[in-house]
Amino acid sequence: MASNTEAWGSRVGLVLAMAGNAVGFGNFLRFPVQAVQNGGGAFIIPYLVSFLLMGIPLLFIEWSSGRFGGKYRHHSTPFILQSMDRRWIWKYVGVFGIFSNIAIAAYYCYIESWTMSYMIHSIIGTFDGLNQTQVAAFFSDYLDVKTSTTGIPYEALVFFVFCIALNAWILSKGLSSGVEKVAMIGMPLLIIFGIFLAIKGITLKAGVHGAINDGTVGLNFLWTPDFTSLANPKVWLAAAGQIFFTLSVGMGSIQCYASYLKKRDDVALNAMSAGWMNEFVEVVLGSAIIIPIGIGYLGIDKIIELTNLGGLGLGFRTMPFLFEQWGPALSAIAGVAFFGLLFFAGITSSLAMGTPGMGFMMDEYKWSRPKSAWAFGLVVMILGLPTIFFFNEGVFDEYDYWAGTISLVIFALLEAILFSWVFGMKKGWKEITDGADIQVPLVYRFIIKYITPVALILVFTGALLRPVNDDWSSINLKGWKLHNESIIGQLQHKGAGPNRQWFSRSFYAEADGIVDSVYSTKGNNYFFRTSAIQKSGKLSSKVYRYNPSKHQLLVEKGDVVFTGQAVYAGPVINRVFYLDMARLLLLTVFLLISLLVYIAWNKRIRERRIRR
Amino acid sequence: MNTSALIMMISVESIVALLTIWFFYKVLTTKPKPEPDSFTKNDEKKR
Repeated sequence: MASNTEAWGSRVGLVLAMAGNAVGFGNFLRFPVQAVQNGGGAFIIPYLVSFLLMGIPLLFIEWSSGRFGGKYRHHSTPFILQSMDRRWIWKYVGVFGIFSNIAIAAYYCYIESWTMSYMIHSIIGTFDGLNQTQVAAFFSDYLDVKTSTTGIPYEALVFFVFCIALNAWILSKGLSSGVEKVAMIGMPLLIIFGIFLAIKGITLKAGVHGAINDGTVGLNFLWTPDFTSLANPKVWLAAAGQIFFTLSVGMGSIQCYASYLKKRDDVALNAMSAGWMNEFVEVVLGSAIIIPIGIGYLGIDKIIELTNLGGLGLGFRTMPFLFEQWGPALSAIAGVAFFGLLFFAGITSSLAMGTPGMGFMMDEYKWSRPKSAWAFGLVVMILGLPTIFFFNEGVFDEYDYWAGTISLVIFALLEAILFSWVFGMKKGWKEITDGADIQVPLVYRFIIKYITPVALILVFTGALLRPVNDDWSSINLKGWKLHNESIIGQLQHKGAGPNRQWFSRSFYAEADGIVDSVYSTKGNNYFFRTSAIQKSGKLSSKVYRYNPSKHQLLVEKGDVVFTGQAVYAGPVINRVFYLDMARLLLLTVFLLISLLVYIAWNKRIRERRIRR
Repeated sequence: MNTSALIMMISVESIVALLTIWFFYKVLTTKPKPEPDSFTKNDEKKR
């Protein structure tokens, strides 16, 4: 019978593993995009305020509750929360702390596998001589699982499976011999790669290697404060959201790592060190790479346009082309550095996602570490397959929304209430300060009790009721139009437009416009595009995919189409079907973990292992 | 770069970098707690 007797090798290893858990793709791809879209330099003010009022308190809460639960040999949130309050509900709240990690790992490992693949493509010179459109098309081809960019059949799937196997193998080696070793190697390398690329970014010179702007133009654009944006709730919600995702709070992995600490060991200094290290990587390095380099080669307008496609688009569709401007040798080095730093950022986070579920199975079902690690890998692989096969149908984004965004906010809100109001601030403060190697400012006792829960309620309410166009002035008692990405909007499939049925015999246009192109790409993929000039004067385009062997195209180039007009006929499985199936799958995983918790609870009662 | 962007960037990045270095320095230099602590690598040295 196995028992969970893991331990960290060293304090530095623990801090680097925790920092590695926090540092992820978002530090390099999400943060600069959020900053650009929310007022540049002024975004940093709400961002740092959110870090002080929400980020640091949540770090204290999660580190100290993890160590508290560890005293009772609990290493996952269901029973860590239960040890703080005996009411039955908390163990099911704690299910979020296993569920989020497994569901996020399912699509996170997929991105991680892209970085591995892109490192190889950078070395073998795949991007040599490609123009920007071809580099962007390469990414689309890569995501189409049937298309191979290397000759390896199902290449994206092969890299994904290899990536998961690598994660499972490292996890099977244990905390100190696996996770900690990777963090000790990966974090310093990540920082070195980041510094190299940041120096290259900020020292770009207009006219050299085809750059049209100095690197400082990008920095200027990113850091010029627009203080009017401070009055916009959208900016504050975006800043709070970024703090959430960058610190990996609300996931349950911090509690799991901290549960291997002894009662009198410090949590306060460790939490601050890991938290600020993440901020360094995000604010100092993350702001000095993709925006300065992107603006250096493509200009401000193009980068603003690309940020609307999100950080992944910038990172994978654009950066390889920009590195190519530096010549074959330096572009290979830059490609390895950029995708290498993303890889280390990713793997140190995905390893952390493996530990809560494994800790639970080892604690409750006496599984060995290797068995738990490989089971985690298998579950993540099965859960990740829909994100690969139905990427273009939106399954990947659906996982990210429900598991990687909303679940974190709900869990963080509930754990903050548990810690400060149910467990009680008196005991909570003692947990934070016991063994502390720094003096924790007393004001945090007040902040944790009052400010943090209120801030979290505001973040959740903001996500629930987000108005269309983020126009918060439109909110009134008579009601307002919801944003497609608000929680209610998502539940109602507001973004689905006229194609709201799972199955239909026709597909309907989702926007007004003129059909300006009908084309096909590698792998027999057929598309047509409609474009229209918006009121703002900007051109907006909509690309539709169809299959000529099943569908009869009802429009041709030059036709004007209106929203709701049938554009092709034939059997159609609409996007909402895939989204509903993805939700059902995630809900099933949540319920299955709840069932395992219920069985484990009854097992504890039978074995009289419950703390009375 | 314009002055306001430069001031904003230098002040924020300096604060973040200094606090990161200071906290990590404290982690490196703070004396370990008496055994048994949470870390296995220092176990033999102390015995």
